Amino acid sequence: MENIFIGIASSLRGFFSGLGVPDLYNDIIMLVVKLVSILVFILVNALWLVYMERRVCAFMQSRLGPIHVGPKGLLQSFADIGKLLGKEIILPKGIDLVVFLLMPVLIFVPPLLIYAVIPFGKDMVAVDMNIGVFYLLAVASLSTILFWAAGWSSNNKYSLIGGMRSVAQMVSYELPLILALLGVIMLTGTLNINQIVNAQNGIWFILTQPIAFLIYFIAGVAETNRTPFCLVEGESEIIAGPYTEYSGMGFAMFFLAEYANVMIISAMCTVMFLGGWLAPFGLDFIPSWLWFFLKMYVMIFIFMWVRWTYPRIRVDQLMGFGWKVLVPLSLANIFVTGVGMYIYRAIGW
Amino acid sequence: MIMGFLNSISYVAAAFHTLAAVVVISALLVVFVRNIVHSVLWLAVCFVSLAGVFLTLNADFIAAVQVMVYAGAVCIMVVFGIMLIRRRDMGETNLFNGQTVAAAGVTALVIMLSGFLSFKVGSVTSPAPVPADTVGNIATLLLSKYVIPFEVAALLLLVALVGAVFLAKEVKADADSDS
Repeated sequence: MENIFIGIASSLRGFFSGLGVPDLYNDIIMLVVKLVSILVFILVNALWLVYMERRVCAFMQSRLGPIHVGPKGLLQSFADIGKLLGKEIILPKGIDLVVFLLMPVLIFVPPLLIYAVIPFGKDMVAVDMNIGVFYLLAVASLSTILFWAAGWSSNNKYSLIGGMRSVAQMVSYELPLILALLGVIMLTGTLNINQIVNAQNGIWFILTQPIAFLIYFIAGVAETNRTPFCLVEGESEIIAGPYTEYSGMGFAMFFLAEYANVMIISAMCTVMFLGGWLAPFGLDFIPSWLWFFLKMYVMIFIFMWVRWTYPRIRVDQLMGFGWKVLVPLSLANIFVTGVGMYIYRAIGW
Repeated sequence: MIMGFLNSISYVAAAFHTLAAVVVISALLVVFVRNIVHSVLWLAVCFVSLAGVFLTLNADFIAAVQVMVYAGAVCIMVVFGIMLIRRRDMGETNLFNGQTVAAAGVTALVIMLSGFLSFKVGSVTSPAPVPADTVGNIATLLLSKYVIPFEVAALLLLVALVGAVFLAKEVKADADSDS
């Protein structure tokens, strides 16, 4: 079980070399196969998450949620996708056509690029990059301008307000996000995600860096624009923010990108703080990729739990909390971590 | 694996020329499109493809910095700038003025200077292979040999930060006294 995916990959590679494909093209084919499987992974999980979100929400509000389409309503998301695909793409007056149509497609590019460096299990990373964490943060910062461009091109005041809110929010919360991860990077001394996971063999970083974990989690909720930080798309204020004018699959692409981002933040929580694919308490009869998956889904459930528990905060509270609480706290965490590391070394444990 | 792919030289050359063309064309479009929002978007394209050029040179850390600082932050700064100007219509916001003589002079000067500098430096090729871990070496250099410029840059950023906070407070006080 442990090596099932690695086995599939190596047998596929062996099959192509058997056909006489040169190594270079074989590498390219394997890379494409990995990226396509990541894309399928994202889409299947996003479909499941839409269903899960509705069920969790319904449970918390003492409702039933989707139960009619398929067994226990499992096929509801598929029905929704069919409906969305069949809808007309409405182009409002005065939009910037090229930008408007390009953004729902491009919004999926940063998440897809990020998944390339996430280790789904032992030796299961599409591209093992030396600067993995830094690459991830750099690519993640690209989505901001895409949200804004989508909002601006819609020629709608609510879209534009939503776009500007997303810019302000994502720029403010990117800072504590990065500073929180710095604590972990100081402890491990590497930016390679695999090495960070391996460094947690003895103790998970959630125990040595609890403040960093909390800051990362809060900033992560803000980065994915979910309640209580859903000002970007606050339904009662600005309809749907940057996506107001999008219909059918265009809207669905933004929706799927949001779930892809939730999965990235959860996966990063898992990798940086919860030991990634390492098995706790020596329970390694369960394969590593299943551990990763389980931890990721625990994090996703906490995301949903928070979403359906708290109301939305105000814009001034958002900015004040980000700049006056999270940023100083994460800087203090870096300071304490540095001092702690020196004391640790001086004692010589 | 990607690095192995990039090391086969003809592919690198092809990627480099494609990326260079994209950089030049998008940079020209930044200047020539008439809508300033489109200018910003082309600027982002330019920055990201420049990161690709760095990748063909095996400078993966610099490429990531390019994406994060320029495509992720500088473009956003420009966006803030644009959104602070109160224009109903963003069409015809990036026009030309009549200062052709001055512009030609400055452009000629910049081209001559960069040509002179590149001629003086010449093309330097090192026979040594690119080290696998560039980040560690950059960090060591920054905090040992170049620590003074590094700290000066940090101080400059701190001054800018304090200045920004001061300016923001000033405006708020004025608004209060007006009302």
